[in-house]
Amino acid sequence: MDKFVQIEKVGMSFDTKKGKFVALRDIDLNIRQGEFVSLIGHSGCGKSTLLNLIAGLTLPTAGAMLCANREIAGPGPERAVVFQNHSLLPWLTCFENVYLAVERVFAANEPKARLKERTTKVLEMVGLAHALHKYPGEISGGMKQRVGIARALAMEPKVLLMDEPFGALDALTRARLQDELMKICDATQATTVMVTHDVDEAVLLSDRIVMMTNGPAATIGEILTVDLPRPRERLSLAHDAKYMEYRSAVIEFLYAKQSHPLAA
Amino acid sequence: MTAITMDALKVGADETTALQGGRAKNTLLAVADGGTVADRKLKVPPPPAQSQLAGPSSTEQNAAQMRALLGAVLPPVAGLLLLLGIWQLATMNGGSIPTPGKTWDAAVVLFSDPFYSNGPNDQGIGWNILSSLQRVAIGFGFAALVGIPAGFLLGRFATLSSMVNPIISLLRPVSPLAWLPIGLLVFKKADPAATWTIFICSIWPMIMNTAQGVMRVPQDYLNVARVLNLSEWKIVTKILFPSVLPYMLTGIRLSIGTAWLVIVAAEMLTGGVGIGFWVWDEWNNLKVEHIIIAIFVIGIVGLILEQTLLLLAKRLRMEA
Repeated sequence: MDKFVQIEKVGMSFDTKKGKFVALRDIDLNIRQGEFVSLIGHSGCGKSTLLNLIAGLTLPTAGAMLCANREIAGPGPERAVVFQNHSLLPWLTCFENVYLAVERVFAANEPKARLKERTTKVLEMVGLAHALHKYPGEISGGMKQRVGIARALAMEPKVLLMDEPFGALDALTRARLQDELMKICDATQATTVMVTHDVDEAVLLSDRIVMMTNGPAATIGEILTVDLPRPRERLSLAHDAKYMEYRSAVIEFLYAKQSHPLAA
Repeated sequence: MTAITMDALKVGADETTALQGGRAKNTLLAVADGGTVADRKLKVPPPPAQSQLAGPSSTEQNAAQMRALLGAVLPPVAGLLLLLGIWQLATMNGGSIPTPGKTWDAAVVLFSDPFYSNGPNDQGIGWNILSSLQRVAIGFGFAALVGIPAGFLLGRFATLSSMVNPIISLLRPVSPLAWLPIGLLVFKKADPAATWTIFICSIWPMIMNTAQGVMRVPQDYLNVARVLNLSEWKIVTKILFPSVLPYMLTGIRLSIGTAWLVIVAAEMLTGGVGIGFWVWDEWNNLKVEHIIIAIFVIGIVGLILEQTLLLLAKRLRMEA
């Protein structure tokens, strides 16, 4: 399916005290099923706004958005979101946090034992079998973000939406989680949209990188197709000529064509 | 923004808890221990010091621990001694206020038989405290039953909130005692009127804090609820209630504090059995030392109520 997620002429403006603020305009983007797309741009370029639109957390003020040929009219479990700051409920254990999602999606058709099995399995997949019954306050930032990813994956969503999922983590943890995410995406063939500000992360993970112009009234500047074979290896790619080329293309866009708003 | 405020609140609360916890214990210990300076000197300071010295190993760590303990215990004790000293100085040359020693003697007599009963107007201090606590409990219980759900509704529905807020702002500054005649008029009896007064004064902090808590539920959690498409019941039980709980407990603590302040005044007006009425009765009997004892008793009971709720709040707090 070539147009699994369809975004047509979408614009988003907010009413503020100073009048209308146009955050996004004329966004046209089609995402294939199973594709990994990154949204990259300087802060304030509305990449998170675009993600929230796909999630249905906000509704566009112009244009149309479809997911699997159905209009996006609000949030739903078929478009799972991994939030930037993990957003786990601190009064529930890791297991309970994930179970809340599993229960919502599958309780109608499956017995309780199966729901628990699903929850355990997905937490094992992100390497947290040992921390099932810990509270979010008792585990590290990287582990919390894994629980967030597990919660999203557990819903078996049609689209996985991630808002700078690794932004708050240290470089080493981030690299490890990126590798794990690649494996998971290969295994589940999930359609994924990820907001990031990290060039290497975008090139390493994506099939296409959507580069956005600076706000206000931001839109898609360029789309770069990353044609690197999968599975991808961080180490060997570090010296790969094609990888370097993609990397400099993104950097070129971000720092030459769209220099940072503060520097301008 | 929200998250930061929450954290700031938590940190603040922790500090107060720690401070007050330390102080409260010392105060309780010292006050319950007795009235005279001599007594206090003998009893209070030695136990912690001795137990520390008698410990199995007298390493440097122990010494440091002892210094920390002394640092925590000494200032409050010194403060209380100062208070007693001033009291003693001010009263030892006669006058209508009894000395600490005299008050202590009266307290010993009073507390040796706290639960006697010679008819409705002459009962032991224990009965008086218990009936005051009972009134507070009933009035406060009703206030919680009404106030907490009302707070949830106000926090969840903005229209309702802007409808009711002016009324609350108008009624909240009114002294609860102003409601006493209305209570007497409606209930025709003194006892429910006092309870009614407690109800009125307890309900505002509970409504306001619960509503505040509901409005401050982090947007992240609500987004989670929306993405998961949770039912309203799940939203209330899994997200709203747990995140509002700390605010609710603050409301409860403030309510109980106010209720305990107000009951004394209300009982002075309504009569019957109760610590407030007892104070007034002892004033009529001109037993000033009993009034001073009552002041201490009211303070200690208030302190216990507050500390219990702070402890509860601490146990229920969760960090993300």
